[in-house]
Amino acid sequence: MNSLIVNNPRLPRLSSLPRRRQGRAGLVAAGMVAAVVLLPILTIIAVALTSSGEDWPHLLRYVLPNALSTTFVLLLMVGVGTSVIGVATAWLVVAYDFPLRRFMAWALVLPLAVPPYLAAYAHAEFFHFVGPVQSMIRAWFGFTRPADYWFPDIRSTWGAALVLASVTYPYVYLTTRVVFLMQGRNIADVARTLGAGPSRVFWRVLLPVARPAIAAGVALVLMETLNDFGAVQHLGVNTLTFAVYSTWLNRGSLEGAAQIALVMLVFVIFMIVMEQGARHRQRFHSARATQMKARPPRIKLGRWASMGAIVATGAPLAFGFGIPLYIFTDYAANRLHQFADPRLVEAFVTTVVASSATAIVAVGAAIALIFSLRMRRSRWTLALTRIATAGYAMPGTILALGLLLSLARFDNTLDSFLRAQFGISSGLILSGTAAAVVLGCAIRFLALAEGAVQSGLMKLPPNIDEAARSLGKTAAGSARAVLLPLVRPAIATAAILVFVDTAKELSATILLRPFGFNTLATHVYENASRGAVEEGAVAALMIVVTAMVPVILLSGRLMQDRDA
Amino acid sequence: MRMLSKTLAAGLVALGTVSSFSINAAQAEGTVNVYSYRQPFLIQPLLDAFTEKTGIATEVLFLDKGLEDRIAAEGENSPADVILTVDIGRLINVEEKGITQTVDSETINENIPAEFRDPEGQWFGLTTRGRVVYASKDRVEQDTITYEELADPKWKGKICLRSGQHMYNIALFASMIAHHGEEEAEKWMKGLKANLARKPNGNDRAQAQGIFSGECDLGIGNTYYVGKMLTNEEEPEQKDWANAIKVLFPNSEERGTHVNISGMAMAKHAPNRENALKLMEFLASAEAQSIYAEENFEYPVLPGAEVSEMVQSFGEIKPDSLPLEEIAAHRKAASEMVDRVGLDEGPES
Repeated sequence: MNSLIVNNPRLPRLSSLPRRRQGRAGLVAAGMVAAVVLLPILTIIAVALTSSGEDWPHLLRYVLPNALSTTFVLLLMVGVGTSVIGVATAWLVVAYDFPLRRFMAWALVLPLAVPPYLAAYAHAEFFHFVGPVQSMIRAWFGFTRPADYWFPDIRSTWGAALVLASVTYPYVYLTTRVVFLMQGRNIADVARTLGAGPSRVFWRVLLPVARPAIAAGVALVLMETLNDFGAVQHLGVNTLTFAVYSTWLNRGSLEGAAQIALVMLVFVIFMIVMEQGARHRQRFHSARATQMKARPPRIKLGRWASMGAIVATGAPLAFGFGIPLYIFTDYAANRLHQFADPRLVEAFVTTVVASSATAIVAVGAAIALIFSLRMRRSRWTLALTRIATAGYAMPGTILALGLLLSLARFDNTLDSFLRAQFGISSGLILSGTAAAVVLGCAIRFLALAEGAVQSGLMKLPPNIDEAARSLGKTAAGSARAVLLPLVRPAIATAAILVFVDTAKELSATILLRPFGFNTLATHVYENASRGAVEEGAVAALMIVVTAMVPVILLSGRLMQDRDA
Repeated sequence: MRMLSKTLAAGLVALGTVSSFSINAAQAEGTVNVYSYRQPFLIQPLLDAFTEKTGIATEVLFLDKGLEDRIAAEGENSPADVILTVDIGRLINVEEKGITQTVDSETINENIPAEFRDPEGQWFGLTTRGRVVYASKDRVEQDTITYEELADPKWKGKICLRSGQHMYNIALFASMIAHHGEEEAEKWMKGLKANLARKPNGNDRAQAQGIFSGECDLGIGNTYYVGKMLTNEEEPEQKDWANAIKVLFPNSEERGTHVNISGMAMAKHAPNRENALKLMEFLASAEAQSIYAEENFEYPVLPGAEVSEMVQSFGEIKPDSLPLEEIAAHRKAASEMVDRVGLDEGPES
């Protein structure tokens, strides 16, 4: 199996197997997951529809055009920026050899540990008039006032794009690097033996091959960008998400906010289609073990080219990880006692526990979705899968609000039923407990888990489970015995991604948490919302370090697997 | 993987304990549950003093979005006893959402002047905060100012502002509408926009920083931020920002400075009604009022309660006597005006 196997995306099915009975369980499972995800979304749609519509003329005329164009420009800048950074860095560390290459290949993933709102706080401080950069410029040139020189304003759309791109490019880097390492290298070799030069190989062969992976990564980046509220609010950029909050909180119009959220759903659907479409074209199945043996030597770079490569890979790392780390370490140094603060320790434990629980729930749901799709690929299961991953791009607070309204209704209905029938009270068993937070985050990050497990599964030749089934295993049985063990690394990756994102998550947690439920993120936010970012610096560092551990594990495993 | 799953299993068990604990805490005797728009750090000293005095434990849930919607959705089962919030608009909101109940307490009514509480007893103000003008000590000579004057072209390119959609600014703009009517207020806002030094952003502290750095000469901010900066021992450079500005109380020679309030209300289905009442009475007491003033540099609503020395050093405040309900009534118009004028897009360059 040294060769590349390109398969039809519609997986072949052994026609002799009894189809119906086997598929139904999967369909039911996918349906249940989709129903849970749809619950908050439908609730928001219902809220949107109950409005009188009196706010629409105002929103259409004064709010939406500006918010739409700002959002569009931001998405464009972040999308282009992360594609360039992600592809360029992936290509550099895969194809060339230069000092620090191994370190860079591994470290380029680190910005994933920095949530966008923290990055925005840090960049705003770093590039501010009284921050280190401008202070140095003034000291060098003897300036004293802002009017003396020109310096770009980080609190702007391009500033927000810089911040968001610098922490989200790893999504593109990760997906693209895998392709360059696995299939791409082999094709590149073939092209090279046919006489193509390095740049021709890159543009004509590798880039087209990596396109689906790039698109999948960019889709995640764009969803994260669309969803972000903390960073754009801090940097004063009025996106659609900002308009949702401002309409809800300042105009007191939940209905109007829900309606803008529906406009956002259009963007979301576009991105889901783009991502799924990209994945469909990514139909390479290859045996991992044999790929490594065929690895051609890296091209060794000269001294100047090496320096260029170090700068090119180091810059994204500096922006996405270095600056936040520097700022928060600097502030935390004045507050070392906080590390032992019992409230922070408790918040840390809560963060780890809640993130772990969310990872279990989300990965479980993702496995159910994917295997139902594998067992019986129909238009229905496909549609249900797409619906189930829509939560990722809904603004966290809107999703959480929809969930809160529906869960509270469920709780109250159950409670009054139990009271009437048996005289006991169940209280707010879902909406008043940590279950709401876990469920909210699981819905938000199901798309991540699904994507990771799916891409692991796609690397397996489809005939593996077909073989098991032809030997008499049922679909579910072959899935358990054959597929599940094989995709275990992908499942671990999925769990790690969900863990990290939940640890960083803020808006859904703030809205859904019960009494006494404090995470590191809520701790930082409580400080930042009263304008004291520095007081939250210790907690911010703890978030970054917590999120770093699994990111390093993930990065390390990728290196071991494919890069040894 | 095995490590991971073990950790996760342990985590789940712990989570179960955490969540059941929080349910118990919410329903146990001798507690009071506070849903708060105010950051826990700001109210913790007060709640600690309350617990020390009465033995009643407090649980705080900080929510800066959706507090009203959450309490409404929780309905009869809501664990909320007391709602704490800033901004008159929010107080009116909770009342209109129907999630509060009437509180008729002699102690509270005696301590809180009528203009700072709802006639029906649905909500009560606790502190006031002036929306003042920060001015550069070096570059601004005058020691008096009016809000109206901020639209004067002589300030072109000199004013720093936080987002026009922020509730503090919305309340100020609503008061301008209440005093001058929509048309005049919009003209004024256009003038204000033309005078901006940069796109509105940051919080009140950032406006002081802008003046310190020379980006602008004037900024709009709340009084207590100045106190917070002047006493910031951990980031001493903030003292420099605060020292670069002087506090001007706008319109103090005529109608008075616009003030907003922070306040409290009792949740409609408060499960610990008795304790909630005790907490509310405590918050209105002279003791709590002076803690508020000392710790947060706000103005107590209780007449005669001590104002902190620091706040006194800013000068005397004469609050605008316009009823707060009237300001709240113009909030929506103010918010729409900000969109219409495009205030948050910054000065035209």
